[in-house]
Amino acid sequence: MKQLLILSGKGGTGKTTIASAFIRLAQAKAYADCDVDAPNLHLVMAPFPNEKITDYHGLDKAVIDSSRCTNCGICLDNCRFHAIKLQDGQHIVDPIACEGCTLCAFLCPEKAITMVQAKAGELKLYSNKDEHFSTATLSMGSGTTGLLVTQVKNQLKEVAGETEFAIIDGSPGIGCPVIASLTGADLALVVAEPSISGISDMKRIILTAAKLGVPIAVCINKSDTNDELSAKIESFCWKEGIFFVGKIPFDPMAIQAVNEGKTIIDYACDSGTAVRQVYAKTLQMLKETIRR
Amino acid sequence: MQATTMAIEPTLAILSGKGGTGKTLLSVNLASVAKEATYIDCDVEEPNGNLFFNPTQEFGKLVTVKKPVVDEALCDGCHKCVDFCAFNALALIGKRLMIFDEICHSCGGCIHVCPQKALSEQDRAVGEMSIGRSDSVRSISGSMNIGESSGVPIIEELLKHKGEDLTIIDAPPGSSCLVTESVRLADFCILIAEPTTFGAHNLAMVHELVSLLGKPYAVVLNKVMEGKNPAEEFCIKNNIPIIGRIPFDKKLGSLNSVGKIASREEKHYRELFASILSKALAKVNP
Amino acid sequence: MIIAIPSDKDSLDSAVCVSFGRAPFYCLYNTETEQSTFLANSAADSPGGAGIKAAQLLVDNKANIVITIRCGENAAKVLEPADITLFKALNLSVADNIAAHKQDKLEPLKEVHAGYHNGH
Repeated sequence: MKQLLILSGKGGTGKTTIASAFIRLAQAKAYADCDVDAPNLHLVMAPFPNEKITDYHGLDKAVIDSSRCTNCGICLDNCRFHAIKLQDGQHIVDPIACEGCTLCAFLCPEKAITMVQAKAGELKLYSNKDEHFSTATLSMGSGTTGLLVTQVKNQLKEVAGETEFAIIDGSPGIGCPVIASLTGADLALVVAEPSISGISDMKRIILTAAKLGVPIAVCINKSDTNDELSAKIESFCWKEGIFFVGKIPFDPMAIQAVNEGKTIIDYACDSGTAVRQVYAKTLQMLKETIRR
Repeated sequence: MQATTMAIEPTLAILSGKGGTGKTLLSVNLASVAKEATYIDCDVEEPNGNLFFNPTQEFGKLVTVKKPVVDEALCDGCHKCVDFCAFNALALIGKRLMIFDEICHSCGGCIHVCPQKALSEQDRAVGEMSIGRSDSVRSISGSMNIGESSGVPIIEELLKHKGEDLTIIDAPPGSSCLVTESVRLADFCILIAEPTTFGAHNLAMVHELVSLLGKPYAVVLNKVMEGKNPAEEFCIKNNIPIIGRIPFDKKLGSLNSVGKIASREEKHYRELFASILSKALAKVNP
Repeated sequence: MIIAIPSDKDSLDSAVCVSFGRAPFYCLYNTETEQSTFLANSAADSPGGAGIKAAQLLVDNKANIVITIRCGENAAKVLEPADITLFKALNLSVADNIAAHKQDKLEPLKEVHAGYHNGH
C-alpha cells in the first residue's frame, strides 16, 4: 500500500477539501483521516454500510477506593497535576487532570489507589465492499498521540494492505502525531496558505518531512488571497528544489461543496479545475518516487 | 456598561474547534476596541498574537519545570526508576542512567522510587513568556520550545499575570487539556465558527467542551456569506446565542494576512468588533 | 553477535516495519548460532516515549546491531552509548536483510530524525 499524505503546518488550510477531491479523483479504495483532534473527512464521504469501532486507551488513570482511603492526603500533596481533589471530605481523582504517572498509587500507604484502563478515544473503521476508511475521535480533554495516529494507519493497512495506494489526511502541527503520519508515507503533499504565518508553518513542516526522508510536493490553497506571498512560496520551492504542483484559487464554490457534502470536483468551478491539475501532477510525482 | 474602575473586569476566552477559523483575528480585535485590555495568547505552540500587536516588551522570563538529575556516584543501576516511569523518559545502559528531559512530565515519581536517593530535581526551561504594550493593550504571550511535551506549564504562568482589567484569552485550538487549562479563569467563552459543515462539526466539539466545563458561552460566526451556514443552523437548533457575524471580506482577510489589526485600520471594522464586545459584556454582567 | 530488526509480523518473510519504536515485533538473529527469535515489542502501545522504551528493550536483550528503515533521535541516543550499530534496512523481507548484512551490502543509517513529542 503506497501512501500519499496530505499535510499542512496548521489546521484550516483546506487540507481536507483537497484530500476529499483527491479521493474522488483517484476513486481511492483506501483512505484515512489522521487529523484526530478535529476529524472532518467523514463529513464529506458517503455513508458506509459497515463500521467497526474500537476503544482507544491512553495511559491508565488513578482511581481511589474510598473504602480503603483514610484521607491522609499524601496523594494530594504529591500530585503535580492537581488531579487529586478533596470533595466532601473524601479524596478523589479528577480523570481529566490525571496524566497517569502512577506516583499516587506508589505512595499510598493504604494501597487504596489503583490504575485503571482509561478510554481516551475511539478508532473507527468504515467499509463498503472493498472500500475502506479509517479514522478516530478523541474524548474531551484528551490530546492526539503518535500512538493513535499509528493505530489509525495500521487498521487501514490490515484491511487494505493489498490496495495499490492510500490517501491520508495528515495531522496538523509538527509534533509526534505528524511524525507518525509521515512514517511510511511515500509522498507528502504540503498545502500552504499565502500568509505570513502560513509560510512559516509550511517551512517547519517541510523541514520535518525532509528529516524523515519523505519526498515533498507543495501546492498553494486560496492562492489569490495574496498573490505576492503566493509568488514567494513558489519561488521558495524552486530555490529549494521542492516540487511545486500548483495553485488553487479561493472559491466560494468550495464552501458550497462542503456544505452539500460534496467535493469541489463535483462542480464546474475554478477550484475544481485547479485541483484536477494539482492531482495529476502529484500522481505523476508519486509514480516517479515509487519507481526510484 | 456599568462597570466602575474599581471592579474586576470580566475575562473572555475565545475558542474554536480547529486552527485557522479566526480565533486570533477576533481576539486581537476585541482587545483593541476596548478602552483598556489585557490580551493573553494561550496558543503557546503557535503564538501569533504578537505578530499583530508587535508590542514594546516590558517584562520577560523563562518558564521552568522540575527535571530529575542523577548523582552517578549514588546510582547503582537497579532499573527501578526506568520501570516506574509511565512516560518512558528514562533509559539505563549498564550503570549509566539517561534522562530525556523533553519526554519527562515532571511527576517526581523517580525521585520517590530510587532506593539509593540518587535522584534529585532541578529547574529546566520549557519556554518563555513576555508582557508588552501595544497602545491600549497589554499583551501577555508565551511560547513553548520546539520539541517539548506540554504547553500547560507555560499557560499556567501566563494566567498568573492576568490583571483586573478586561482580559481576552486567545485559547489554543481543539478540546485538549491545553484548552481546559486556558479557559479555567474565563467568565465567558466566545466560540468562533466558519460557515461550513466542517465549521459546524468543530463548533459542536468545542460546544461539548464548554458545556462540560459549565462555562456560559455565545457564538461569533466568521466568514459569513450568502447561502447555507451549517454553523448558524447548529446554533439555532441548540439555542446558542449568536453575538456577532464577521462577513467574508477580502479586505479583512488581506489586512489580517499581513499582520494588521483591522479595527485599528478602519472605522467600520472597529464598529463591528466593538458591537461584538459590548454584546459579550452584556451577557457576562448578571 | 545479535542483530535486531523491527518487523510487521513474527516471521522471517515479514516486511521490515516502517516504524522503529512502534514495530509490533523485533527479530533477534544470533549470527553465531544462526537462530532467530521474535520478541513482542512492549513499547508499541506507549502513548509517548515509544522509541526510548523500545531501544531499552533491545539493550536489555543484548543486541549489537539494529537494521531499520528509520530511527528517532531519542532511540538513537539510547542505542549509541550501548555500542549498537545502526544499518539502513532495504525494502525487502527480514530474512533478505539478514542475508544482505552478511554480504556487507547494508549502508550505515545516517539520518536520525527528531521525535517531537507534543500532546499526551
